[in-house]
Amino acid sequence: MTGPAPGQVTAPEIDRLEGKDVSTNSLKASTDRGRAGDKIFSGISLAAGVLILAVLFSVAVFLLVQAAPTFVADPAEVTGGNGFTAYILPIVIGTVVAATIALLIATPVGIAVALFISHYAPRRFSRAFGYVIDLLAAIPSVIYGAWGYIVLAPQLAKVYTWLAENLGWIPFFTGPASQTGKTMLTAGIVLAVMVIPIITSLSREIFLQTPNLHEEAALAMGATRWEMVRMAVLPFARPGIISATMLGLGRALGETMAVALVLSPGALVASLVKSGNQTIAAEIALNFPEAFGLRLNELIAAGLVLFVITLIVNMIARFIITRHQEFSGAN
Amino acid sequence: MAANQTLQRRQSHLTRGHLPSYAVWVVLAASVVLGAALATLIGFSVVGWAVITAIVFVITATIVTAVAEGERKAKDRLVTFLVYGAFLIALLPLVSVLWTVLERGVPGLNYNFLFTSMNGVTGAVDNQALENGTPVLGGAYHAVVGTLQITLWATLISVPIGLLTAVYLVEYGAGRGLTKAITFFVDVMTGIPSIVAGLFAAALFSLLFGPGTRTGFVAAVALSVLMIPVVVRSTEEMLKIVPNELREASYALGVRKWRTITKVVIPTAISGIASGVTLSIARVIGETAPILVTAGFASSINMNVFSGWMSTLPTFIYYQILTPTSPTSPDPSTQRAWAAALLLILMVMLLNLVARFVARMFAPKTSR
Amino acid sequence: MSKRIDVKDLNVYYSKFLAVEDVNINIEARSVTAFIGPSGCGKSTFLRTLNRMHEVIPGARVEGEVLLDGDNLYDSAVDPVSVRGQIGMVFQRPNPFPTMSIRDNVLAGVKLNNRRISKSDADSLVEKSLQGANLWNEVKDRLGRPGSGLSGGQQQRLCIARAIAVSPQVILMDEPCSALDPISTLAIEDLINELKSEYTVVIVTHNMQQAARVSDKTAFFNIAGTGKPGKLIEYGDTTTIFNKPAVQATEDYVSGRFG
Repeated sequence: MTGPAPGQVTAPEIDRLEGKDVSTNSLKASTDRGRAGDKIFSGISLAAGVLILAVLFSVAVFLLVQAAPTFVADPAEVTGGNGFTAYILPIVIGTVVAATIALLIATPVGIAVALFISHYAPRRFSRAFGYVIDLLAAIPSVIYGAWGYIVLAPQLAKVYTWLAENLGWIPFFTGPASQTGKTMLTAGIVLAVMVIPIITSLSREIFLQTPNLHEEAALAMGATRWEMVRMAVLPFARPGIISATMLGLGRALGETMAVALVLSPGALVASLVKSGNQTIAAEIALNFPEAFGLRLNELIAAGLVLFVITLIVNMIARFIITRHQEFSGAN
Repeated sequence: MAANQTLQRRQSHLTRGHLPSYAVWVVLAASVVLGAALATLIGFSVVGWAVITAIVFVITATIVTAVAEGERKAKDRLVTFLVYGAFLIALLPLVSVLWTVLERGVPGLNYNFLFTSMNGVTGAVDNQALENGTPVLGGAYHAVVGTLQITLWATLISVPIGLLTAVYLVEYGAGRGLTKAITFFVDVMTGIPSIVAGLFAAALFSLLFGPGTRTGFVAAVALSVLMIPVVVRSTEEMLKIVPNELREASYALGVRKWRTITKVVIPTAISGIASGVTLSIARVIGETAPILVTAGFASSINMNVFSGWMSTLPTFIYYQILTPTSPTSPDPSTQRAWAAALLLILMVMLLNLVARFVARMFAPKTSR
Repeated sequence: MSKRIDVKDLNVYYSKFLAVEDVNINIEARSVTAFIGPSGCGKSTFLRTLNRMHEVIPGARVEGEVLLDGDNLYDSAVDPVSVRGQIGMVFQRPNPFPTMSIRDNVLAGVKLNNRRISKSDADSLVEKSLQGANLWNEVKDRLGRPGSGLSGGQQQRLCIARAIAVSPQVILMDEPCSALDPISTLAIEDLINELKSEYTVVIVTHNMQQAARVSDKTAFFNIAGTGKPGKLIEYGDTTTIFNKPAVQATEDYVSGRFG
């Protein structure tokens, strides 16, 4: 943004080494010390930036090194006795299912809340409402987990019993329902609560960027508020909404504590109201503290799988955002 | 919508075909009554009543609007209801969480809880407290110490790296490929699951210092992985809004670039930077998963981040709930967990308030 | 104090784009020289090359020589920082440092360079510089207040005080009055008249009356069309340029036929 390119910085020391007479030009009487300061400072800030790349790279490498024994181990020794793939697949599916439930709830609610704050709420309060939603994001995940475990799950247990009795013919609601309420559906709901503020805050930002001219044009044509939103706001915000959802997905996939506390894990089952299923993050959190030997490598390998999945999801989201920014001419 | 203010007045041409404003309230009242009736049919509960009332109200009001004002207005009204409803739904868990934490946390949050550890507190102690009706013993002092220590170290690691990286991105690296790469990967890093950050630190230290190395410092490194991208992003934003004119003014006085950055650019942006750092602390102070896999768990005070296991408030909450000290009577443990949760929420809220305060009060008044 | 500037065969580029072509100009010490011309003709760009401030714009570079009393600014061993210490600059919009008081703004050049200065020296430097910028009487009672609390015209004079506090040889001014009201403009113009007894002043202005009022010599820059480089068309005594210009384009411009 500013400053001369380093290439243009000239070096009086070269002249001195070459024995040139530098005294004729009064402008050359500059201090080498100051110049060294410039070099050192730009050097350490560059080093900090490179360090970040190195950290991310080493996250991948260290996980890979520590996970490697799992892939070459005798399949019988891996937990479950059928090799790593058989071990990881059910919990990958569990992770995806939990995140999907969370997104199915959080996406419509999150977008609607963003619309509420940006276009529906009285102007005077919209800022305050924004803070309230930010509060949701500020609460630590372990507290959501504890709340899900102690408050939400027992409440939902009644609903699950009803669902299993009346809608049991749908595979998702096959009975007998969990009496504690600690099921996949509960985990998904708690995750949704945690994902809503992410989707809301990103969507809200984009809704507020909608060109006023488009909105006014729509209103001037006699559109109702909803028609204005549908014609002017949503099309403009679509890429933003998609990437907000992707980022929410990344969060839901990687969230640990809520699931570890709220789900009583077990083998993969289709029913969402029975106990069972497991996610990668919760599997690691629950087992890592007591793990040693190959089990430790297994869990790190599971972490690697989670890392790769979230990395892909996040990169797609970031890619959409970056492309969108280039098109909209923002910044 | 402000029609029919005086009944005598001739209806304005502009308000013809509009429902009177009281119509909504009539529909609402009818829905409440109908909701009560339906709720009684399937087994009465306040929640059921509220849900049925809401559904009946939205459907009826939409139909009434459709009949009286046409389909477009009805759609508009339906969406308005849904949007307001979504906000109320989003508020529910917030209110419920805060209420739960306050209601259950306040009784346990006393001097004893704040200033004693769990050292020597066993299931038998808890059972005895219940039997005799004496106050619950044991507290979270060790966890508070651990939280502060680990967070402090994470901050000490993250802030210099984050700040300098942001300086590089904004002041030195404009338009370079490396800048784009760093920006992209910093964004990606914000999405790293916290448990993976914990595994990374655990894997790194077990390679360097032998398997099973778990100390507060390992946890601090794990938290730094989560904290650095937040610091970079917020600092970057703040440096970008420092007007270029100030940099030019400084250069024109014959001031070197690094002194311009440290003496002009950063001081101008410092309130925003400080606020961003505070928010990033608030974000990591509540992290649980990375601590579980890096710092282990302790029930006594450990002041040394470089050796021995450590507890933090989040892991304290987690273990008190999942593995109560006395498996037969978990109530004392639950009470301690909620007290710790209240303490943690207070810390996070305080940090958030401080961040807002810093951002607002110390913002330099530029001429714009 | 005060040195002359001689520019020889100067070309200015933005990456590959030639922005200003082949400028030769001799600026006398202790005089006011005005650069006039239509927007985009490269006069501000050229002004920046006189103290190497163009280098803060990525990709900008020059060919040719700029001599400050015979010393080439673009000599390979010259540090741009020491150039700027001798040739100060005042910008279009007043830009006092928002984190500093009025006093600290004046002392910015000294303090930012970490030079030690005793309190009494600092006090006399502040008074001398503010008096030099005709601002002392207005601010002497509130030196500790933020500089951004002043009016636009006062802020601009504060920026001039800040520039002269590092005792430069030359002061470059890039449209210093374009963001100011007429009364503040008058105060700055008076100040420029006083400054030329001690400094070489070069001013870029859009306002031809201002050029006529304050300058001894005027240089007219023009551009043949968009995408073409800016050129120095005519340079001479201000009275000549405004009354009997040698080039038709100059006459058209000063008589208001275009620009």
